[in-house]
Amino acid sequence: MSEHIVPTKTNVAVWLTLLVLTGVTAGVAFIDLGPFNTVVALVIATVKALLVVLIFMHVKYTSEKLVKVVVISAIFFLALLLGLSLADYTTRLLM
Amino acid sequence: MADRPIAVEQHNPALKHHFVDMEQQREASSLGMWLFLATEIMFFGGMFCAYLIYRYWYFPDFAAASSSLDITLGTVNTAVLICSSLTVVMAVRSAQLGKRQQQVVYLALTLVLGLAFLGIKGIEWTSKFKEHHIPGPTFNFEASLPGHPDQPVDQHHAQLFFSLYFAMTGMHALHMIIGVGIFTYLLYHAWKGAYTPEYHTPLENSGLYWHFVDIVWIYLFPLLYLIDRKK
Repeated sequence: MSEHIVPTKTNVAVWLTLLVLTGVTAGVAFIDLGPFNTVVALVIATVKALLVVLIFMHVKYTSEKLVKVVVISAIFFLALLLGLSLADYTTRLLM
Repeated sequence: MADRPIAVEQHNPALKHHFVDMEQQREASSLGMWLFLATEIMFFGGMFCAYLIYRYWYFPDFAAASSSLDITLGTVNTAVLICSSLTVVMAVRSAQLGKRQQQVVYLALTLVLGLAFLGIKGIEWTSKFKEHHIPGPTFNFEASLPGHPDQPVDQHHAQLFFSLYFAMTGMHALHMIIGVGIFTYLLYHAWKGAYTPEYHTPLENSGLYWHFVDIVWIYLFPLLYLIDRKK
């Protein structure tokens, strides 16, 4: 973590955005978008997660580049786990 | 020898001797915390993987089971955690600016919000207990598939959903309880003035942990509560 101090205005703006996105997630769930309901919900969740990681967890402002490497690696390995597992199970013929 | 003064570099008492300066120590600490969080991501990732596979296989039964969860309480809890992440960030900022009392206030608020989350979770689980939705010998999920009133939900598949629900929200709640313990410790030491602009690493790293637990919930909420609310 660098000595960079995030202004309160930024923190409050992120907080409000997160709350609004939560409301949107809950609201959109009642609108029929077919299979895209799940996509929209997960995209919004990812935007929220990115806001938290980059600003609340300081990754955007860090002077330690290795932190970014660790974060990206963790996401990569998670994507590998989920991606390859789902590629297997969702392409099987079920009885 | 003894009568010649030796120059000694003055350094922060919190600086360990294998680090060059406070900044390097802080960055190393932070990197260590992130490495731990990477293992936590994979830990929860395994459960998310299991959930996604079963949800894909038994989507209608999972949708019916998901609709029996209280969406209002779930949304409120999401908001509670988001507010707690703000108070954590403001607590760290207070330490960076050397404001002891402000730190204490924000840490106390974080604790209150964390406990509120756990309380609401308790209410949700209690209602699940009363409805016989807890997996086990007393499990009974009376419902029909969404959009098909003549087709009953498969009991085994519904029980799978609830097993995953309790495993994942349970593991998340355990992480919250640990977080509450950590922040109680921080509250006490912040009140004692332990965290200064030069040294507030425990605050920063505990904040990282808390934000991570928040992010897990940010994904749990839509996946568990919002499978199919259209019908």
